[in-house]
Amino acid sequence: MIVNDKNIPSRPAPASTRGIAGWLRENLFSTPGNSVLTFMGLAFLVWAIPPIFQWAVLQADFIGVNKEACTSEGACWVFVSARFQQFMYGFYPDTELWRVNIFFAQMTAVLVWVLWDKMPRRTWGGVWFLTGFPLTSFILLHGGFLGLETVETHKWGGLMLTLVLSLVGMVIALPIGILLALGRRSDMPAVSSFCTVFIEIWRGVPLITILFMASVMLPLFIPGDIELDKLARAMIGISLFEAALIAEVIRGGLQAMPKGQYEAADAMGLSYWQGMRLIIMPQVLKISIPGIVNTFVQLFKDTSLVLIIGLFDLLAVMQAGITDVNWPNISIEAFVFTGFVFWAFCFGMSRYSVALERKLDTGHKS
Amino acid sequence: MKKAIQLAGAALALTAASSLAQASTQTSTLENVKERGYIQCGVSTGLPGFSTPDEKGNWTGIDVDVCRAMAAATLGNADKVKFIPLTAKERFTALQSGEIDVLSRNTTWTQTRDTSLGLNFVGVNYYDGQGFMVKKNLGVSSALELDGATVCIQAGTTTELNMADYFREHSMTYQPLVFDTSAQSVQGFESGRCDMLTSDQSQLYALRTKLAKPDEAIVLPEVISKEPLGPVVRQGDDQWLNIAKWSLYALVNGEELGLTSDNIDAKMTTDNPAISRFIGKTGPGGKALNLPDDFAYQIVKQVGNYDEIFERNVGAKSPLLIKRGINALWKDGGIVYAPPFR
Repeated sequence: MIVNDKNIPSRPAPASTRGIAGWLRENLFSTPGNSVLTFMGLAFLVWAIPPIFQWAVLQADFIGVNKEACTSEGACWVFVSARFQQFMYGFYPDTELWRVNIFFAQMTAVLVWVLWDKMPRRTWGGVWFLTGFPLTSFILLHGGFLGLETVETHKWGGLMLTLVLSLVGMVIALPIGILLALGRRSDMPAVSSFCTVFIEIWRGVPLITILFMASVMLPLFIPGDIELDKLARAMIGISLFEAALIAEVIRGGLQAMPKGQYEAADAMGLSYWQGMRLIIMPQVLKISIPGIVNTFVQLFKDTSLVLIIGLFDLLAVMQAGITDVNWPNISIEAFVFTGFVFWAFCFGMSRYSVALERKLDTGHKS
Repeated sequence: MKKAIQLAGAALALTAASSLAQASTQTSTLENVKERGYIQCGVSTGLPGFSTPDEKGNWTGIDVDVCRAMAAATLGNADKVKFIPLTAKERFTALQSGEIDVLSRNTTWTQTRDTSLGLNFVGVNYYDGQGFMVKKNLGVSSALELDGATVCIQAGTTTELNMADYFREHSMTYQPLVFDTSAQSVQGFESGRCDMLTSDQSQLYALRTKLAKPDEAIVLPEVISKEPLGPVVRQGDDQWLNIAKWSLYALVNGEELGLTSDNIDAKMTTDNPAISRFIGKTGPGGKALNLPDDFAYQIVKQVGNYDEIFERNVGAKSPLLIKRGINALWKDGGIVYAPPFR
């Protein structure tokens, strides 16, 4: 009797499914149709990339101070470097730029602290992000305290203004949005109808109209001796608009929660707020991440609408720059640069949200 | 806990935003300006030659200099101006609501604006009008030779209507080619899709600098509409209106008397009676305006006369290269005229 007491040694996978060849076959050439599409895609890249690369890098001018430095055929990035300070800081006074730099540095540090899960004491980071950070940033950027020279908001601009507007919008909109979403589902008729009316009105009006109302109509209604800063008006308008959008995203999350979760909270003897805080909200926020981040990305891009009320965000500073008669034919470079900056920030946000979703994934997606 | 923190954060951020609010008092504009220490001047968000920020963020332009002249007159320092960029839509509200003290933003003086908005036009600092730009190699020297031409126009502007009127009046035909923005229309012109481009003349000169070869295009002499551009103030504060008017007149009178920012100090000792009235040594000075007697001297010394302002912003010393034309002094064949300092 022959007993085979040895396992047949495992053999490597067939050569056609291994390595680069295998990967190519599986991902790019699995069917004739896919092969055709692959070749078409490659042909497009070969057709499109070299001219763009040549224009943007090889034949571009990078160094200089004025238009005369741009002698070659390609892009004239000198314009961006000549106006870089304005793109970043707007019309912020030269001598006070260090204050904006500290703001940028603190913002980066706090965001890393709060958002990166390997950092210690992230709760404190969150507390600082919502309290100390706005306060110190306001003191730094606006001044008027502690011997800092006041820099009026009409001098703010560029990327700094874009970031300030979107950070304020996000930080204010999220908590108000959560409260509005809870309010809209409340059993109390007064609360629920107030929240519903608020959300529907703010969500139903285009942001551009809200900004315009805040800038043009509001000053006519309030008495002349109270002059609310234009930037503050825009901030309040943007924040409330975004809060209404966030509220609907969160409400979607609340409705996706199985009823059992609410009943479980009640059965544990938790109060409404305890139940929300400990059981419902952590789950709701987790499944709402894509929606919330989507709203934030949209908010970041929507901040350019402040152009219509004469605030110089990154896009507006760039547009004012290209009207400069000393820089003819510069609009393509300016738009490409601005588009790239916006894309970099939005892409960063969306990658973070993907990472966050993966981290919080508990394996039972509902 | 986390919610409570978020709430506290929101409350704080709101307080911070509302503390941006500033208090101002409701007295005369001049007193407000003196108390505040600067003039709030509404300008455009970027129009070459009129008001545009440079690389350093300093505003320059012919409209900007009007505000600087007013600051030199009222505060003795032309740099005490806060420029507030405004879009065309919000400019009048900003003035009505007191956000700005004077609007100097290439605004056309029309009957409706002057009479129904609660505003007063101060005067004219640039006489503009719709004109035509053609390529030189077309060999055309007058718009009347352009029967049947294709014209690049911006959509939805009064230029379209003026254009139609003008061609009908001269019983000529044309083919309109309509674009959304001025940048697109200039590209259409450059690529040869139309024979000529029409817009306000000052705009045409600015657009010409955006061509790859500006020398190959000319702006024709014809002007087919009246666009007097000037500063605007709120109605109901006659003192401030007078200050604005006489700041503007000081620029023009300065040119007429041959006073420039360079030579005015040397002419301080002259016995020319007109000049000594102008610099405030004799004559009415600034008393009735509640200004220092030498306000006109300060304007010319710090900002320059009308000629200097014109040439450095839109004229020969700027890339726009606009000729004085009707913006020359009345005695040089233009229509720029100011009442005397007497």
